[in-house]
Amino acid sequence: MSFDVNTIFQIAGIGIIVAMIQTVLKQMGKDDWSQWVTLIGFVVVLYMVASIISDLFDKIKSVFLFK
Amino acid sequence: MEVMSIGILQIVGLGLVATFLVLVLKEQKPVFAFLLTVFVGVFIFLFLIDQIKEVINMLEKIAESAHLNPVYVETILKIIGIAYIAEFGMQITKDAGQGSLASKIELAGKILILVMAIPIMTAIIKTVIDLIPH
Repeated sequence: MSFDVNTIFQIAGIGIIVAMIQTVLKQMGKDDWSQWVTLIGFVVVLYMVASIISDLFDKIKSVFLFK
Repeated sequence: MEVMSIGILQIVGLGLVATFLVLVLKEQKPVFAFLLTVFVGVFIFLFLIDQIKEVINMLEKIAESAHLNPVYVETILKIIGIAYIAEFGMQITKDAGQGSLASKIELAGKILILVMAIPIMTAIIKTVIDLIPH
């Protein structure tokens, strides 16, 4: 997975949109649904962050001669 | 990645934009704001590591031309790597409000560096003992 600056805006966008959806769902009286939306958004963002961290660890391994 | 040629201005701009986004996001969803902080931190680190690579290549070349024992250079590089990664993890855990975990990571980094330095320290002590006249 390759990353650039756009991913930062993607993460911020996902956060804001999830917050909006949660507010709307809560006003419709569907609290359980809003929980699921938050969880799914969190998992997606966590996947992005986890894959860039694994990228970083691989690079550190190759640069600092950990084998 | 085509963003290899970014300089200090781009890094500062990135940091400022990320700060504003985090400020907006923190009101609604603190978890997402934290993940965004982690992402930006890793991004800057990834940029820095490319620069560090140049320095390390130079160091290795110099060590090679000075006929230094490659084990020592490798150990020093590993120690630098441990210091960098421990610092990084410590900062992130501290950002998340886990101060005690952060200090444990720091402790682990220190102890691992000490363990890595054992061969070098042994060599130094041996040399010193050889220098002392019996």
